[in-house]
Amino acid sequence: MTTTTVRPGDPALQPAETGSLSTTELAAVRADFPLLERTVRGGQPLVYLDSAATSQKPQVVLDTEVDFYEQRNAAVHRGAHQLAEEATEAFEQARASVAAFVGADEGEIVWQPGATAAINVVAYAFSNATLGRGGEAAARFRLAPGDEIVVTEAEHHANLVPWQELAARTGAVLRWIPVGDDGRLDLTTLDEVVTERTKVLAFGHVSNVTGAIAPVATLVAAAKRVGALTVLDACQSVPNMPVDLHALDVDFAAFSGHKMLGPTGVGALYGRRELLEAMPPTVTGGSMVEVVTMETTTYAPPPQRFEAGTQMVAQAVGMGCAAQYLDELGMAGVARHETELAAEMLKIVDIPGVRVIGPLDTADRLAVVSFVVDGVHAHDVGQVLDDKGIAVRVGHHCAQPLHRRFGVAATARASASVYTTVEEVVAFREALAGVRAFFGAE
Amino acid sequence: MSTLEQMYQQVILDHAKHPVGRGLVDVASVAGHLAGESHQVNPTCGDEVTLRVDVTPEGSVAGVSWEGQGCSISQASVSVMTSLVEGADLAEVARLDGLFHDLMSSRGKGLDDDAAEDALGDATAFTGVSQYPARIKCALLGWAALKDSLARSGALATS
Repeated sequence: MTTTTVRPGDPALQPAETGSLSTTELAAVRADFPLLERTVRGGQPLVYLDSAATSQKPQVVLDTEVDFYEQRNAAVHRGAHQLAEEATEAFEQARASVAAFVGADEGEIVWQPGATAAINVVAYAFSNATLGRGGEAAARFRLAPGDEIVVTEAEHHANLVPWQELAARTGAVLRWIPVGDDGRLDLTTLDEVVTERTKVLAFGHVSNVTGAIAPVATLVAAAKRVGALTVLDACQSVPNMPVDLHALDVDFAAFSGHKMLGPTGVGALYGRRELLEAMPPTVTGGSMVEVVTMETTTYAPPPQRFEAGTQMVAQAVGMGCAAQYLDELGMAGVARHETELAAEMLKIVDIPGVRVIGPLDTADRLAVVSFVVDGVHAHDVGQVLDDKGIAVRVGHHCAQPLHRRFGVAATARASASVYTTVEEVVAFREALAGVRAFFGAE
Repeated sequence: MSTLEQMYQQVILDHAKHPVGRGLVDVASVAGHLAGESHQVNPTCGDEVTLRVDVTPEGSVAGVSWEGQGCSISQASVSVMTSLVEGADLAEVARLDGLFHDLMSSRGKGLDDDAAEDALGDATAFTGVSQYPARIKCALLGWAALKDSLARSGALATS
């Protein structure tokens, strides 16, 4: 059980209509995360600014997973015993929690090992449909040479490479929406990129490098005009801002558990019900079937059709708990907290030699700020910050084309979550201010 | 000295700012010499080096030149290595390569072998790097490029 006296859902934790999380609220949230209490590099407090890579987990998520193993562990959707019933109920309740959290129906959430796997399910479904699997029902997933798949230059490799591979397998052509100098998508040529040939438009909701929020409504409208299906990489948005997939009107979405305070090894694929029903399976085997003979097999309806083999039940239950935790905290307040932290992070532009890759204003962006320091490589920046107990990400953040777009091989990145404080961002800025002097950069 | 200062020894910072051997040199047409080139990338961070080696008919390193971009550890390590191996015969290069890998596996303790550390010279400055598992690969990037370019030159097969 948790050690805090204030729990999410407590009225004391509800953010004011216009305010961010108060100091008291933030202290209560931080107390829920046991890892934040540890020290690093010689007894210094940990300043964890790498939540865009993976978030820390509240005690209630850890407890929920342990509780599942201690009290309910059994195979789900089979067996007539009490434990199997309880495990199945926990598993499906978690699905309902995640669905409610992102504005989806229960049957529209498919458990996957992560967001990467989820995007690959969609890409391989197109592939299988193109080979004739799924029959006429799957016709809209068929690709022919000359058809086009559109992504953006800002994509994480997880929402780029599967589409490159799909294009290579089917003869479709991969095109992309460019990124402007400000780090936002450049939509001036949108009508030339998204055309009647476009069958899929896949894009990230929030860039894991620039923090920019994509103009979803504009992109969805462009796709709808030409009858293309949309696939939203929602990994960075779901943990940090309100996301209503029905309202966004995308066809598919993917997000991971571990970035939204949940466990590793679990993520979710969202698909509009009618599309999931029409889609051929990708990974096949046990649990996703109806009738199997030696010659042939009929498949279960979604979501089970896409959940072959024994599922990551404890992690799914943990992800459901994380969704509830965030829901009770209130995503509107979390988003305001993000905006406040983004503003604090963006003050690093006042440090001589520091350049931010991405929007410099707080409109339509989250607290994910990537930057370069003139004369000092990102790895060296990260090492000096680490020496002060400050954890940032360094490298290309799985977005090499976006880095190439800005002429840099690597950046350092600070990113926030619900438990991040302004004081931590100030400590980061102060440490960053000393980096160039350490390396004698002029 | 803090562990950070142990890692970023002055000799490393100096080599990073004033690298030895930087700028690729054309080595294609010296009679009897063997030339090899290798491009190595560290996929997790994007650091890269392209290195050319020129080997004499007698089997010693006549010259090393390279281009690269990356962190101070990776770039300084290529620079220090270049100074160290020029003029050395291939058996000595192989020994130095082995010693440097041993140093990188020492978790900050060094080699506890005066003769070996003398042989490594300035490269012993990287002892502090071996305390940081994530950075060891940075220090080894240039050595991997040297080994591969020697293999590609054909010099290893004939020596």
